[in-house]
This record gives sequence, C-alpha cells and structure tokens, in this order.
Amino acid sequence: MLASIDTSMIDWSRAQFALTAMYHWLFVPLTLGLAVIMGLMETLFVISGNEFWKRTAKFWMKLFGINFAVGVATGLILEFQFGTNWSNYSWFVGDIFGAPLAIEGIVAFFMEATFVAVMFFGWNKVSKKFHLASTWLTGLGATFSAWWILVANSWMQYPVGMAFNPDTVRNEMVDFVAVAFSPVAVTKFFHTVLSSWMLGAVFVIGVSAWFLLRKREKEFAIASMKVAAVVGLFASLVTAMTGDKSAYQVAQCQPMKLAAMEALYDGGTREPLTVVGDIKIPLMLSYLATHDFDGYVPGINNILLGGYALPDSTKALSVVEKMKNGKKVIAALADYREAKQEGDQVAMEAARQVIDENMKYFGYGYIDDPNDLVPNVWLSFWAFRVMVGLGMYFIAFFALILFLAWKRKLSKVNWLHYVALASIPLAYLAGQAGWIVAEVGRQPWTIQDLLPVNAAISRLETGSVQTTFFIFLILFTVLLIAEIGIMLKAIQKGPEEA
Amino acid sequence: MIKRQILRVWTFYRDGFRSMTIGRTLWVLILIKLFIMFFILKLFFFPSFLKGKSPEEKQDYVGMELVNRSVDNSLTK
Repeated sequence: MLASIDTSMIDWSRAQFALTAMYHWLFVPLTLGLAVIMGLMETLFVISGNEFWKRTAKFWMKLFGINFAVGVATGLILEFQFGTNWSNYSWFVGDIFGAPLAIEGIVAFFMEATFVAVMFFGWNKVSKKFHLASTWLTGLGATFSAWWILVANSWMQYPVGMAFNPDTVRNEMVDFVAVAFSPVAVTKFFHTVLSSWMLGAVFVIGVSAWFLLRKREKEFAIASMKVAAVVGLFASLVTAMTGDKSAYQVAQCQPMKLAAMEALYDGGTREPLTVVGDIKIPLMLSYLATHDFDGYVPGINNILLGGYALPDSTKALSVVEKMKNGKKVIAALADYREAKQEGDQVAMEAARQVIDENMKYFGYGYIDDPNDLVPNVWLSFWAFRVMVGLGMYFIAFFALILFLAWKRKLSKVNWLHYVALASIPLAYLAGQAGWIVAEVGRQPWTIQDLLPVNAAISRLETGSVQTTFFIFLILFTVLLIAEIGIMLKAIQKGPEEA
Repeated sequence: MIKRQILRVWTFYRDGFRSMTIGRTLWVLILIKLFIMFFILKLFFFPSFLKGKSPEEKQDYVGMELVNRSVDNSLTK
C-alpha cells in the first residue's frame, strides 16, 4: 500500500488521490457544519429580532465564507484524476458514476453559488425572511452536493442498480433509485454529514473558547458555545448511531474491510470487540456485525479460505475459486469481442451467458495472489479506533459544555477553554480517520469485487504522476496556509457591529 | 420591466463586491486557484487519457486493456 510508494505507479496514483481527497476533506466538513450553526443563529435573529444574534451569525458567516472560498472547486482536482490516472475505471463505470457527479455540479453547485451571494451581499437589501431562506439554502446546496458525491462513493463500495454491457465495456444504470438511495449511500450520507456538523460545532466552541481565554466578547462566545454544543451533541449521537449501522453494512457487503478494522484473522461465533490490545468487550463484535450475540464473523483467513456459511445459507467461496470465476468471465469477455468481430451470434450468446452468470467475480480475475485482497490491517485497525475514540470523546465534550452552560459556569472553567481549543484539530483528525477506514479498508478495489486498482489505472509514466503529486502537495499546502492565515486574522478582529 | 430587474441584480452584485473587505483577498485567491487548476493543471498535466478517441475506439481500447491485464501483470510488479 502506501508503504511501497517509491516503487509503483499504482501506489503513486493512489497516494495522489488520497492526498487531494484528504485536503479537500479539510474544507468540506467545516462548510457543512458552519452552515447549520450560522443558519440557527440567524433563525434566532429573525424570531427574536435581537441584533445580537445578527452580529453573532455574521461573524460565523465570515469564517464560513473564508473556508468556502478557499475550499471551493478543490474537489474538481479529483475529477481531473479520474480522466487521466484512472481512465479504465472512468470508462468502465459509465454514467453510473458520471450521473451523480453531473447532478452535483449542475443543481447543487448552482444552488449554492446563487444563494451564497444573497447571503453575503443581501443584508439590509432583501427582507429578513428571504435572507434567512438564502442562508439555509446555501447550506442545503452544500449538503445536496455532499449527497451526490457520497452516492458516487457508495456505489464504489456497494455497486447496485447497473448491468454490464460487453459491447460498450461499460456498466449501464438500470435503476436510478437503487443507485441514489442504496442503503449504503443513505447511511454514509447521514454519517458523513452529521460528523461534519460535529466538526463545525467543535470549531465554533474552540474559537469561542479562545475569546473567553482572551476575556473578549464573553456574551457572544457563551451564546455561540451553547448553540454549537446543542448541534454538536445531536450530531455526535446521530453519527454514533449511523456508524453502528455502517459497521453492520460493512459486515454484510465488505467483510474483509470489517476483518481489517478489527485485525481479526481467525473469526468465529460470539466474537468479542477489541478495544485496544487485550481489552475486549465480550460478544460485541458478533452483535455489531450480525445483530446477534451468537453471530458468525469471518476473519481475514476465513474470507481467503471460504467454506463458512453466509447469511443466505449458501457457502462462501474461497478467494481462489473467485479468482477462477473472475478469469473465466474475463476470458468470456475476450470471446464475446472476438465473436462479435466475426459476427458469430451463437458464440456471442454463449459468452454473454458466462459473463452474466459470473460478472460479480469480474474483478477477481485481476488478482494473482490472494494476499493482495488483504488491506493494510494496521492502518485500518488504528484509524477505526481513532475515529470511534474521538467520536466518544466528543459526545462527552458536548455534554459537558451543555452541563456547564446550564450551571452558568461556562466562562469560569479555564482548563476547558484550552481543551476546547485543542479539540479543533482532533475533530479534523476524526474525519480523516473515518475516510481512511472507508477507503484503505476496501483496498485493492476501486469498485468492490468488480475492478481492482491494477485494472482501473491508466498506462502512465510514474514520473508524471510523481510530478503532479508534488504540485498538488504544494498547491494545497499554500491554500491551507492562506486559509489559516486569513481566518486567524478574521478571528482576531472578532465580530463586527451588526 | 425585465431591464429594470436585470439592473437591480447588477446593482446588487456591484454594491456587494464594492463593499467587500476580506472578500477581495478571497476573490484574488479564488481566481489564482482556478487559473492554476484549469489553465495549468488541466491543460498541461491532466489531459483525458482517452482523449482523441471516438466512443468506439475508447470501448475497443478499454476492452482490450481489461482483457489483457488479466494475463499481463506488469502493472502490479
């Protein structure tokens, strides 16, 4: 995986994609999170008529604007890479991947772009209610964007609603609803978006704590912390619930990912959940993975060797058997193409039947060594623990903030202000760890079971990928430094008069 | 009527941009970023790999690649 980065063009392309995706994800969650918090603050202004809330909302809106401006369009670089580095993948997925991205670009982006102008320029020019609607619609636009991007990502993890066409060598969408509302997409959407609200809440609490440490803007800081803590506690609880659902879906659709997340080599029934080291919660992994304390959870070795009973009572194939089926379907694709050239309808029909029967193993045909199907266990295991551990910490953190707010002691607990400030990078770390679990855990697949990275990649020179890797590294680092610099300046200036 | 509406929108945006403080720096940043992305990166470093091929040529090329890669392991070594 990333450890062999010096030697392989595939690894450089993966590293480049990971780098740009991870940088992009520094900007997106703050946009989603701040959108809700400033929306609530402006709602309080419209309901109460109190100018204090307008001033408060405008300050967070300014920080939203900085983050939005620096982060906007950084995701497009990922789309550049699809066409250049991952051309086989781009062709193979056809419109299934393209459609959600196109909808995202046309509907959501324009919605966002239209209302963001009213939000920033419309104070005192449009009615209060219209301005409020624009603020919420800006956030809604960003959230719609996230929906379609996550639909595309979920399809790669759980490909549904399509049929492979051997004539075009593409997957064609046969059921839009199955793609757009697949259970994996729905869960991923709520898990990802709500965890972004959580990050936004931690950010607002951390910045507000800085004002309290500086003994500035006390009323503004406490009010901001209260709103953010309510959003944060709600978001962190829903994130935990959807995380549980996500783990269950991973167990059903991507058992190897779950085994890597748990570093479970030899599974069984009544499996405990590993916290760290030898600390385990009895029966918990079985329950999380199967919703049954006696449920069977396969480990890495079990998945490679097969032979265990699947939930539908069929026997799991070994990886070697799947590889054979994969080679068979690729050979049938070659036969189909040859028969088509010769105009041999009978041979085409026969090949087509083999393809249809074995398509679900297509990607295994590119695997030479079963061990290539095992993702980086160390990284998956620890990223999962960092994500879950920080998620638990944030539930306690938001609950404590609300408790102290209720006791009217929020401004007096100095140590908590330092903790709040230090929690901002932890919220980003939790989000990044989540993506590592999702993406490293599914390796080597670009599309689960259908296309591994070695088949998806373009035939490029490693040097060109290395060059663009470092260009991105410099570009994104400059953008990040610019964002932090501009934001710190805006924070130091503090809220302005409404 | 339509002319008046267009004028209102124009004035709305013009006044909005004029009243920006921190926003001007951000606009400069956005424009530089978009220039680098579309006129340098996309143009010189990220051409579409299958560019210049007709849809039939693309399906032939990818079809051949997907068939051959099953037996060609050079990309995984």
